[in-house]
Amino acid sequence: MQIEKAILAVITTNRSAIDGGAPIFICKNRKEAEDTAANLEAITDGIAHELSEELFIIVRH
Amino acid sequence: MNEYTLPILFGVIIGTVARILMLRTDYRQYPTYLHGKVIHVSLGFIAAALGSVAIPAIMELEFTAVTFLTVAATQFREVRNMERNTLTEVDSFELVPRGKTYIEGIAISFESRNYLVIITSFISTLVFLVWNVYYAMIAAIACLIISRILMSGSTIKDIVDIKHHQLHFEGAGLYVDNIYIMNIGLPERQEEILKYGMGFVLTPKNMNVITTIANLGQRQAILHDVSVTLGVFRDSGTPALTPLIKRDLDDGRIGIFILPQIREVDKAIKVIGAVPVLENAIRMPSESGSVKKGGNS
Repeated sequence: MQIEKAILAVITTNRSAIDGGAPIFICKNRKEAEDTAANLEAITDGIAHELSEELFIIVRH
Repeated sequence: MNEYTLPILFGVIIGTVARILMLRTDYRQYPTYLHGKVIHVSLGFIAAALGSVAIPAIMELEFTAVTFLTVAATQFREVRNMERNTLTEVDSFELVPRGKTYIEGIAISFESRNYLVIITSFISTLVFLVWNVYYAMIAAIACLIISRILMSGSTIKDIVDIKHHQLHFEGAGLYVDNIYIMNIGLPERQEEILKYGMGFVLTPKNMNVITTIANLGQRQAILHDVSVTLGVFRDSGTPALTPLIKRDLDDGRIGIFILPQIREVDKAIKVIGAVPVLENAIRMPSESGSVKKGGNS
């Protein structure tokens, strides 16, 4: 049931909080981040998880 | 025609009838229509024939003939393999897979039903030869009833209490009662889940059950059966809408999160209750010697 997990993308509104690794999408505000996360979720067949107000990750489960 | 023709014929017919009675197409949609059934009825016929000829062979002092039964055993193990392979192949295309434990359970029951057929034919023929056809009929009916009892296991409602609980979010975390299910980031997904999802909590009735319902295969079986019976609100490429079962580590309760298309609480509770307890998931820690000695089971 569980396949290897991988972080496919990181979406944030706070550039200073992140570094390296998966593709990073920097957004101006929360609304834009949510829209980007929704699109990326649909495109990558992953799940958008919220880590904090300003940070989303897309994970393939 | 000789003295054995009628008894053998009788045994074969009773055995095949037994196999047909045990072959049920129900909500699991398995076996499917004609082709699957033809395979199993034919194998049942072979099993019946093997069971029936054993007694006449012994009566004629042809003891080596009994070794045929070992051929039968190999044959029916092959049946189990066949069922397992087919179901595993098909499983990856299910929206909510059955899971390996459930498949193994189905495969085992197909094998064991063939042995039940052999025993039924064996006993019917024996009674026919020793007494007469009327006693044989009584014996055959008794065998059919016993097979029926042997093939039905217990269901989930026998071992747990099922309660409906509203789903709720704490931040991005989805909860059923106080059991954490998963993190859903997008507000629109959260709304969908609150709208279409349902939550249930299963409370184990004793300590043996805690391990049984914690079994991942048993949990997947519950999700599969519920999704088949009540429909499922998901598609390929929507992994956020995945029915899940998580466990409360404190007391072994499990929280079920499902996305049914028919959202009726009573019906859902009935369906969850009717899920079979998988043989491979049953654990009996209370039977362990060390627990018994302690006297606290």
